[in-house]
Amino acid sequence: MIEVKNLTKRYGEKKAVNDISFTVHDGEILGFLGPNGAGKSTTMNMLTGYISSTSGTAVINGVDILEDPIKAKANIGYLPEIPPLYMDMTVKAYLNFIYDLKKCKLPRKEHLTSVCDLCRITDVKNRIIKHLSKGYRQRVGLAQALVGNPPVLILDEPTVGLDPNQMIEIRNLIKKLGKTHTVILSSHILYEIQQVCDRVIIISQGEIAADDTADNLSKKMSDDHRLIVRIEGDKDKILKELKSMQGVKYARADVEKEPGVYEYSIEAEEGIDLRRDVSALARENDFPILMMKTAELTLEDIFFKITMGESTVHLKKAAVKADDKENDDSPEALDTSEENEQDNTEETGGLE
Amino acid sequence: MGAIFRRELGSFFTSSIAYVFLFSFFITSGWIFYGSTVRSGTSDMSGFFTSLLLIVVILIPVLTMKSFSEEKKQKTDQGLLTAPISLTSIVLGKYFAVLVMYLIGVSIVLLYACILAVFGSVDWLMIISNYAALVIVGAAFIAVGVFISSLTENQAVAAIGGIVCLLVLYLLDLFANFLDTKYVSDVLNALSFYNRYYEFTCGIFNLSSVLFYISTAVIFNFLTIRVFEKKRWS
Repeated sequence: MIEVKNLTKRYGEKKAVNDISFTVHDGEILGFLGPNGAGKSTTMNMLTGYISSTSGTAVINGVDILEDPIKAKANIGYLPEIPPLYMDMTVKAYLNFIYDLKKCKLPRKEHLTSVCDLCRITDVKNRIIKHLSKGYRQRVGLAQALVGNPPVLILDEPTVGLDPNQMIEIRNLIKKLGKTHTVILSSHILYEIQQVCDRVIIISQGEIAADDTADNLSKKMSDDHRLIVRIEGDKDKILKELKSMQGVKYARADVEKEPGVYEYSIEAEEGIDLRRDVSALARENDFPILMMKTAELTLEDIFFKITMGESTVHLKKAAVKADDKENDDSPEALDTSEENEQDNTEETGGLE
Repeated sequence: MGAIFRRELGSFFTSSIAYVFLFSFFITSGWIFYGSTVRSGTSDMSGFFTSLLLIVVILIPVLTMKSFSEEKKQKTDQGLLTAPISLTSIVLGKYFAVLVMYLIGVSIVLLYACILAVFGSVDWLMIISNYAALVIVGAAFIAVGVFISSLTENQAVAAIGGIVCLLVLYLLDLFANFLDTKYVSDVLNALSFYNRYYEFTCGIFNLSSVLFYISTAVIFNFLTIRVFEKKRWS
């Protein structure tokens, strides 16, 4: 069990992590979701005792990490963002070193064999780490965290650098481990967090933006009412027609994809499926639809949604704080999200 | 501490630093040995031991340069600092690994003494005390070198910084001679690593010098620990 209370990390004037509190229960998998630089790694580094907190406490299985670091660290298996691998050692020698370093009491050979099997690195056991691919290195890093079978696992972006098959493997492994361990894992991939985690904490600019179960989050983020459509024809007229449709919250033209063909983003009221209506409208006006798809929510969209105030307790708290800062941040945040959104639709459009 | 010690000692041999160090030390010490004793036809090794100190000053940073700078660069320090062990055992594990590597190197002088013993009479007590002096002055220098390497993540900087620092310590009494202020030059003379070492080579086994070297080693190991402690809290 991990209890975090009012944890803050300040670097000079900058607050990298600002007053975050949460609890992770035994056998729970908690996901940290947030863009790069949001404070995920800093939080994890504080939990594992790599850096100290400016204020606040982190208690791992009843032991405060600052009061009795050695005892607390014995409970933690940590995979940092960059796995701490000694490039000149073989995998076997490295894991033996970690075994000694953590002063393990488990039977050496059986334990290391089972860890290797779990992480599927048995076939590279005798190779020098320097010569392994990034995916294998990541898995050796994971194996290193599992040595000694610590009850708490803290994994910082465990699937970075893996190919899709390996990703699925590692996710399944983490899910399996989650049944017997307390796990915190960070990621900036929304899908991954939804797949693996019971609970999700979204971190933005060092603060908790949302703390909810993965299911609730998915419901909130349902994306069936947002469309991206490419239609050929007069832009202004099409836009006017789209906006006049019933249930449409907003519609806008993004970019000209082909001569005379624009891409439009349309958002309806929640729960309204617009696809048939848009199709009917195009047919009536003789506008050929060249592409239509539901917009995939990206992390930026979620932040956009959350910062737009889609009601959670934490958000109200955040809003109060924002007010204190004379509302300096909110218009800015809004702008950047909008920009990001546009970038993303462009990107997805480009992939088509 | 044991795990770090073993890994560190092993890495000297896998990274070829051990071979470079041993080769350089054997070549230079062998050359000085030939010049100062064999060619002069004497079994007195004190001149040999005096010259050896400079070699040690230059070669110790080769051993200490990667102690912590390599860890910092590869981010493996994160693994050590989040493992359930104390900072003291991390630093001492590294320190003793370098010390043992150094001992393997300097032990060759005992072989030189044995060679001399075949051809003439050797004052063993003198040689043993000189050897002991070489070991403890090395122990102090290694602590300084390890400390320097904990300050940077660049091995070259650690090596050059180490050599410069050790040279300054080695030449303290030389600076003292340039100074007119009596008190300052007295202090520098008292801190001189060379003067104290020179006493040993003359056959004076001064316990206060032994304590001086050992406390230098302790102080710099303590400072290395503080470097990591500070990094954690900053």
